[in-house]
Amino acid sequence: MLLIPCPNCGPRDETEFHYGGQAHVAYPENPNELNDREWAEYLFYRENTKGTFAERWVHSTGCRQWFNMVRDTVTYDIQAVYQMGSPRPATAVPAAAESGTATTAANSTITLGDAASSTPASSISAPEGATK
Amino acid sequence: MAETAALENSKKTRMARQSPASLLRAAFESGSIAGVVELNELAFLTMVGVRVDPNTEAGTRISSVTGGLPARSGDVYANGETAVLWLGPAEFLVVAPSEAHESLGGDLIQALRAALSDGEGQVVDLSANRTTFELTGPRARAVLEKGCSLDLHPRVLKTGSALSTEIGNIPAILWKTGDETYRIFPRASFADFLGRWLLDAMREYGSPEVP
Repeated sequence: MLLIPCPNCGPRDETEFHYGGQAHVAYPENPNELNDREWAEYLFYRENTKGTFAERWVHSTGCRQWFNMVRDTVTYDIQAVYQMGSPRPATAVPAAAESGTATTAANSTITLGDAASSTPASSISAPEGATK
Repeated sequence: MAETAALENSKKTRMARQSPASLLRAAFESGSIAGVVELNELAFLTMVGVRVDPNTEAGTRISSVTGGLPARSGDVYANGETAVLWLGPAEFLVVAPSEAHESLGGDLIQALRAALSDGEGQVVDLSANRTTFELTGPRARAVLEKGCSLDLHPRVLKTGSALSTEIGNIPAILWKTGDETYRIFPRASFADFLGRWLLDAMREYGSPEVP
């Protein structure tokens, strides 16, 4: 079980929280101008990050407040907890986040990323291999 | 005159009301172990949910009715028999004896409502939302530790602090009112479950300790 540091209440069990999905998904400025594909991407398409991931959580059994958290989806290491609305803080190993990410980008190197990210040390060296 | 009659009437009807754990009253009596750990229900306490930002004018007015508002998680502002529990940065629970309820002639809720007036926030009578268990005795902490993952050691959880957490896998508010006395506020629909859960957790302390 995760021990999540709530910014108001301090460390509490994961069972007291609810997950809110990816953080920093901005509402489109002009939703009427989007075509169906762009609207569907805003609604349903989310990163499926392998590595550090910014996500929203709510402490539903405690103070009932939302907050953002940067968590490593591989190691479950919680790297930062910050307020809703504030930008994502720079975390210790941003390079590892890029390498392990299976994004929807066109030139995605999913197989390479998967193979390289079996250990944190090798996943840091992955970008060099990925850019070849 | 009409108000007095209504008050007399509500005093009669309160004899007919049943607290959420009233069916467990006999079980609480037989399950309590005098001097070790005792459980009973404090029925029908007046509880008022207050949602107001303490840094606004409305917050100041509410604060002058209760005497003060707690500032952070765990804090309780106690003023005589009325206490204000911190539930969130802008959410508080006012707990008072049942006589403070307007149906018994009290004026706490009206005073809070008047203090909020048109300010941003809420004052809601939540007296029927939760019931109150009082768990007391030298083994009370050991009983709670079976189902609550907070650190209940006195060096961490001080007397007079209240936390909203999970006890026996259900959400409840835990308020440490004395060194060996805890008040537990489960929602009314969970009262039966939590009452039985606590009785089960208390049972082992009725037997002589195995050396």
